[in-house]
Amino acid sequence: MKALNILCRKKEYQNKRTWLQKLKDQKYLYVMSLPFVLMVFVFSYIPIWGWSIAFQDYKLGLPFWEQSWVGFKHFITMFQDDKFYTALANTFGMSMMGLLLGFTIPIIFAILINELRHKLFKQTVQTISYLPHFVSWVVVAGIVYKMLSTDSGPINQLIQLFGGEPVQFMAKPELFWGIVVLSDLWKEMGWNTIIFLAAVTAIDPALYEAAKIDGAGRFRRIWHVTLPGISNVIIVLLVLSIGNLMSIGFEKQFQLQNNVVAEKAMVLDLYALVFGIGNRKFGFGAAIGVAKSVLSLILLFTANALFKKQTGKSVM
Amino acid sequence: MMEPVIKIKGTSGERIFDIVNNIIMTLILIITLYPFLNVLALSFNSSMDSVKGGITIFPRVFTLDNYITIIKFGNIPRAFMISVLRTFFGTTTSLIACSMVAYALSRKNFSFRKILSPFLAITLYVSGGLIPVFLLIRDIKLMNNFLVYILPPMVNAFYIFMIRTYMDNLPEELFESAKMDGANDFAIFYKIMMPLCKPVLATIALFIAVAQWNTWFDTYIYCGSKPELSTLQYELMKILQNAQLTAGDAAVYANQAMAIQTVTPDSIKMAITIITITPILVVYPFLQGYFVEGMTLGAVKG
Repeated sequence: MKALNILCRKKEYQNKRTWLQKLKDQKYLYVMSLPFVLMVFVFSYIPIWGWSIAFQDYKLGLPFWEQSWVGFKHFITMFQDDKFYTALANTFGMSMMGLLLGFTIPIIFAILINELRHKLFKQTVQTISYLPHFVSWVVVAGIVYKMLSTDSGPINQLIQLFGGEPVQFMAKPELFWGIVVLSDLWKEMGWNTIIFLAAVTAIDPALYEAAKIDGAGRFRRIWHVTLPGISNVIIVLLVLSIGNLMSIGFEKQFQLQNNVVAEKAMVLDLYALVFGIGNRKFGFGAAIGVAKSVLSLILLFTANALFKKQTGKSVM
Repeated sequence: MMEPVIKIKGTSGERIFDIVNNIIMTLILIITLYPFLNVLALSFNSSMDSVKGGITIFPRVFTLDNYITIIKFGNIPRAFMISVLRTFFGTTTSLIACSMVAYALSRKNFSFRKILSPFLAITLYVSGGLIPVFLLIRDIKLMNNFLVYILPPMVNAFYIFMIRTYMDNLPEELFESAKMDGANDFAIFYKIMMPLCKPVLATIALFIAVAQWNTWFDTYIYCGSKPELSTLQYELMKILQNAQLTAGDAAVYANQAMAIQTVTPDSIKMAITIITITPILVVYPFLQGYFVEGMTLGAVKG
């Protein structure tokens, strides 16, 4: 019994030694990673804990345990607020339109780029079409206002050239969604082709040769070889985009909006920004954030489940 | 006999396809470039002349007055400096931080690795959202502080995983022999790993730098009440948004400018837009390849 005890002690000691030894061996790795892990904890994990604010009447300056808990009060107020439904409709409206255009057009554009024969022209198209991606939304909004302005904006000049009346594009609420989506398309269309182009170049050239020998023309080769070749990438990206339908951000809406169209620009994030931070209703703002995250997760899991049912694979 | 006929038919169809395709592409190029060139031309055109309209891609009455007005009267030069500083420090610190963590993750013997990987991955999918982050920044006294531009975006899980994937594909023997020679992990990281990772580091440095240069939201929400910390994007935003509603800052500029020259808010806006995008336009053509490489790398592995 005693011997066993000593043996155990010895083993424990050895374990401890190797553990210490290991720590010593890896001390540089710890020094190189732990400070930054701490930063991730502070800037990413503490805000997740901040979701609890959604269930409090949060008051600035009070410590956590002195905040008063209100249960689902903020959620109930939110669901009774007409503005919430406007924000929900705006978010979904713009993101669905964005998905429809922002997803299909880059695919078509990528295929057309791939079909270009002149190498230098192909490179020029790629270089230039990626460019707007690197320009901020502040600048893009300024450019959009300039292009659509009624005094000497090129679009209105074109309209007048063909005998039309100039249109006050930025002062028409019913046009706002379209303007946001088209501006986004202008900015990101080229950049979004990259992934599809990479997938296209991975297709075995022998398939094209075979199709050619079988007498397939340009369109039929695109339809029967290129599209099936990139269908996997398309589906994965589609599922991920559906998961991101709620998270379209607010940058473009914020930058492009003005007082006249504000009603159509208010997406969920802007709603949270205006009421949460602007009006200092922090608990209410956090509740909007929580509702948004929950909706996003539901969308993502639904899309993923549908995908799994179809293909037997999971995106996540 | 039949074959050549089919072939001719095929090529004429192909030729039409090529022509149409080239026309579409040319149109896309025009739609992409024209707005930039138009703004550029307006920024170099005399204000009084621009009002008449009709400027396309060349200035009609060339002038530097719009730029001179901005440099003389505005807080634009200071905002430009802040933008340069945040881009420089933001990029260097973030790059160092991300590559150090990536190095630790890529060491197979690192005990902490199994926990660290999911710990970072979770941040890719779950985030606290606007309000909790705002309150956190407020609580840790980063409001109206230059560090708010640097610290919160510094450690980025996505970039860490990109660098780690690149490191994992390097031959392990390189580091084992260095270890035999008694080099410690930091020396291996600094002397061997960093030089080998140049391509991926360049790509990520560019991504971070562009994000730092282009962002306006952190200035707007955290430093809005401290003009000394204002950035170029934020100044541009204020001028654009004010002028869209009534006459705001841009009119102030213009009024100040009246003393020596007549400059309209519109021309001022164009000139600031050009100042804001020039750094990107200058580096972009040379570095485009890196961006694309990084994009596909991230897409395939992420």
